[in-house]
Amino acid sequence: MAADGDLKPIKKLSLKENYALLTRGLGWEPTYEKKEEIFRTIDFEGIKIHDWEKWEDPFRLTMDAYWKYQGEKERKLYAIIDAFQQNNGQFNVTDARYVQALKLFLNGIVGLEYASHRGFNILGREFPGVGPRIAAQMQAIDELRHATTQIHAISHYNRFFEGMADFPHQFDRVWYLSIPKSFFEDAVSSGPFEFIVAISFAFEYVLTNLAFMPWMSGAAFNGDMSTVSFGFSAQSDEARHMTLGIEVIKFLLEQDPDNVPLVQKWIDKWFWRGYRLLALLATMMDYMLPKRVMSWSEAWTIYYEENGGALFADLARYGIRPPKYADVTIKEKQRVSHEMWSIFYSVRNAVGFPVWLPSAEEMDWFSEKYPDTFDRYYRPRFEHWRELEEKGTPFTNMTLPQLCQVCQWPCIYTEPDDPTEFVHRETEYQGETFHFCSDGCKDIFCNEPEKYVHAWLPVHQIYQGNCFPEGADPTAPDFNPLVAALQYMGIKPGVDGGLMSQHVDASRWEQWTSRPANLHEGAITQAVRKTT
Amino acid sequence: MPVKAIKPGYHGEFRDRVENFRGQQLLNICWEKHTMFGWPMCIPVPPEMPFGALLEQVLPGIYGAHPDFARIKWNEVQWSSAKGPFTPDPSKSMVEHGFKHKTQIRFRTPGLDGHNGAG
Amino acid sequence: MSNIQPVFIALQANNDTLPIIEAICSDNPQAQVNEYPAMVKINCPGRMVIRRSSVEERMGRDFDLRELQINLISLAGEVDESEDEFVLFWKA
Repeated sequence: MAADGDLKPIKKLSLKENYALLTRGLGWEPTYEKKEEIFRTIDFEGIKIHDWEKWEDPFRLTMDAYWKYQGEKERKLYAIIDAFQQNNGQFNVTDARYVQALKLFLNGIVGLEYASHRGFNILGREFPGVGPRIAAQMQAIDELRHATTQIHAISHYNRFFEGMADFPHQFDRVWYLSIPKSFFEDAVSSGPFEFIVAISFAFEYVLTNLAFMPWMSGAAFNGDMSTVSFGFSAQSDEARHMTLGIEVIKFLLEQDPDNVPLVQKWIDKWFWRGYRLLALLATMMDYMLPKRVMSWSEAWTIYYEENGGALFADLARYGIRPPKYADVTIKEKQRVSHEMWSIFYSVRNAVGFPVWLPSAEEMDWFSEKYPDTFDRYYRPRFEHWRELEEKGTPFTNMTLPQLCQVCQWPCIYTEPDDPTEFVHRETEYQGETFHFCSDGCKDIFCNEPEKYVHAWLPVHQIYQGNCFPEGADPTAPDFNPLVAALQYMGIKPGVDGGLMSQHVDASRWEQWTSRPANLHEGAITQAVRKTT
Repeated sequence: MPVKAIKPGYHGEFRDRVENFRGQQLLNICWEKHTMFGWPMCIPVPPEMPFGALLEQVLPGIYGAHPDFARIKWNEVQWSSAKGPFTPDPSKSMVEHGFKHKTQIRFRTPGLDGHNGAG
Repeated sequence: MSNIQPVFIALQANNDTLPIIEAICSDNPQAQVNEYPAMVKINCPGRMVIRRSSVEERMGRDFDLRELQINLISLAGEVDESEDEFVLFWKA
């Protein structure tokens, strides 16, 4: 740069100036199109914004820093994934049961990352303010990165274990995966403000710590270097997204007092919907980690009751109260994982991963962690089921469930004050009956029935005959609709579900590692007995 | 408000109308306290099916595996729906009992409250 | 009312974050460090500050506070970031 040698160097901009240029300097007022024609979805929800310039992005991340640090995160992540793969890391996890949780993660969660990518792209187009638009665009890129790194990291497991090969197919069709899928479709088909309150605030700020902190720490504890690395790499973006979430809430509440009741309603709705979605995670934490860091109940205490408590104490100054039915989540924390694992066990032939009964050691851990519920309600059930397994007649439920019209879980939940009584909630809308798993889901329906009357409920679709593989002949004499429905979903009977002790992942694990597939129950093949 | 939508008056088509079930209707059944089964059941039934057929041909297939099931005294069972208690008539059909598409019926078997208290 | 609700920051447990954690503890006497597998979570009542100068002193090199992004797992509290300080706080 000899020619410019005499020029004084330009003064380096401060972080705040630099960010202001990016988010304000690059925006413009339209002249030949009307603003309301460009931003068509910004008014119908009833949110009032008077001044988009009041938007503050606390991280003030500029593009140069964004690419630099994201690039660095990727290099770090791939260095670890490479090392993991080169060193047969898949065989160094605690046991073959751990791998089953990854199937739930890949089939059920990765699709959400991609859906989130789409949702934030829409926001990046729909928001008139430049600051939130840029934040949404960066987040859209982040979410795509999460989906791709997760797929890439888990693809290595797919070379050795069943049940991971067809994840997009399963995400779209498997009965219990309609729960995460419909959650995000509900959000993305809302208006832009509801979407960002739903995902950035209620889901990411209030709830995702549970997924990425204790669960990923648990993955590390079980030796899964690959998963913990993509988990923490994703979560480092998540910290930025969470901050966006709280910024959104403050911005909406400060713009107009009329926004307060709308935001409160969305917080109530999306806290409850997110909480119901996390029931899957409760089960993964309590039942699918062979070595455990903390129980679901402890995690809920720390990450919702303590940290969420601090958050809602802070928001009280705007007139926002903690989410409706938060008290129910606290009552349910002692049982939700046990209720959920029970149903996965009893319908094990219709799920995409094998299941097992908790070992004696694990039941003792549950007794300690769940002193008010486990010995009273669940230990006797598991002991009864163990006897039946030993007799060769394991307990099986062959009948499809009544589903909740909103969250799409089967109505598995019990009364907040009585774990022995099923919850029954129903309503009639335009002459038709609709059922719900809880007051929380019933409220959501009653607020917006037209949004849920056309929910694609897997059980009803199966009974309508809409879930059969192409070429199936329902009039054939030997036609079995449930077997056909499993084929349609991509679940292979005898390969994907069933009992862990009879599963091909378990026998291969023992051949390849010479270690028991279930570290508490001893070997099931000669491959281990020979060496121990 | 039935839904806030970009276009006012949005209507979502009912996906589970009874016409879509090819002559059958859905019936949800719950054996109270028997949480071991995990959920209330959902089955398609012919509207003209007599209640007796439900008792004799359907329920054993669903709940027969439970140790309590064989001990049920059917004349002492307490039946109810969202509308309150009812007394079934084995010779009368689903429709004659007033069961509409997606009605939920529940039965309680006092004294048989789950195996070992575990549902 | 004084700010007593806890804020937190969670960082990956690795060599990059050791000096950051030390700096946090030295600048925030009320900070509590919780170690979990692969993760360190630091709680602090009301307010927590991460000072660039304190981190640089311990790292022995220049440090851009935005580098925190690389090893950050999660946080709670409102954020105020400048070149010199990264602050987490609750207003209530």
